[in-house]
Amino acid sequence: MDQAVFFFEILLPALMQGLVVTLQLIACSAPFGLALGVAVAVGRQYGNPVVSWLCKTYVFLIKGTPLLLLLFILYFGLPSIGITFTAFVASVVGFILCNGAYNAEYIRGALISIKEGQMVAAQALGMTRWQAIRNVILPQALRRAIPGLSNEFIYLIKYSSLAYMITVIELSGAGKLVATKYFTYTESFAAVGIVYLVLVSITTIAVTILEKRVAVPGTVRATPSAQL
Amino acid sequence: MDILPILIDWLPYLLSGIASTLGLVLAALGLGVLLGLPMALGQVYGARPVRWVVGIYVWFFRGLPILVLLFLFWFGIFPALGLGELSAFIVGAVVLGLRGAAYQSQIFRGAIQSVGEGQMIAARSLGMSRLTAIRSVILPQAMRIALPGWSNEYPNILTDSAVCYAIGVVELLTITSRMVTQTHITMPIYLAAAGIFIVLNYGGLKLLHRLEKRIAIPGFGTGAM
Repeated sequence: MDQAVFFFEILLPALMQGLVVTLQLIACSAPFGLALGVAVAVGRQYGNPVVSWLCKTYVFLIKGTPLLLLLFILYFGLPSIGITFTAFVASVVGFILCNGAYNAEYIRGALISIKEGQMVAAQALGMTRWQAIRNVILPQALRRAIPGLSNEFIYLIKYSSLAYMITVIELSGAGKLVATKYFTYTESFAAVGIVYLVLVSITTIAVTILEKRVAVPGTVRATPSAQL
Repeated sequence: MDILPILIDWLPYLLSGIASTLGLVLAALGLGVLLGLPMALGQVYGARPVRWVVGIYVWFFRGLPILVLLFLFWFGIFPALGLGELSAFIVGAVVLGLRGAAYQSQIFRGAIQSVGEGQMIAARSLGMSRLTAIRSVILPQAMRIALPGWSNEYPNILTDSAVCYAIGVVELLTITSRMVTQTHITMPIYLAAAGIFIVLNYGGLKLLHRLEKRIAIPGFGTGAM
């Protein structure tokens, strides 16, 4: 078969279909992963001892377990106790749980880096603890957490490939199917790789711009800009 | 259903799976240091083409998902190079190592750069060659600074090693799946496997932190990273 025909009429359309699924996976996971990360970090830092312990244990367990095993648990394990997800939903749930735990660590680090006096000052002005967290602490902490959070976002892009292992045909899966059918392993996976490199590189640039845009003039950036 | 007898029945397989997983991790960490350290030195002290090549390498191996790298090397690159006979374990270890080298080189690079430039100048003015200065002055300090960051590579590689399941390496996750298929007990076995991974993860980290304390030089802070 002609190389060009294979590339433009078989490989490329398949990869684009896969890319759509990959982007859907990321779009469904990232916002909730961020929200979960904020909730867990705040819960661990400012919650009562029980909440704090729960948040800590959650992060401990997720960080200790391979994501692939977590996906197996969600997709193959949970049906045995009566909870059935589609492969796509199981992947998204797995990504949210994993992304949330790692995000929480970065956000917690940023929360700690905000000086205690700010909380005292906010409460002295009559704010409740919760108001102070929401209006004073978090807006600063989240900005400081951007480099770490964007690293995690890039990990999410890459680890979304694991959804293929529980039968979601996303970018890697699409590449694998074409590779197996036409016996074009190197070409197909190289093409898949290029798409990931493009995604990751675009994200890196976008994050740098975002970081500059949300920067508050006069405040110093705590950590150097994100790398892959 | 009681899970314990089944785990005991499968104990030899589980242990071989754990050994295989740890083998992957150790091989990858070793290869990562072996390749990552020269790469870091190349990036800091090398000529422009060297820095450029290392930069591309790092960009490539950090930009691709581990699953795609494994597929690419296992199905594509190694067979094309006539290395199709290599076992999945070796390919898995090599790919984890090549990728680990990309991440670790950046940890080493940061550590080398954090040793002040004046040290190199001072060493040179004492008559040391550049290489001697790197070996006897810069690296002994840089490696200690790098160790905490490097230790954190261990859990990353451990959790990534599970993806080697995809190319048929018989490691812990593969054994787990086989147990599930043969016994039809799912959740308890998966959770037990998660427990084993967690123990390996934090147990290994604890050992590494102990190593950090051991090789620390009194009065020489390693809190830089």
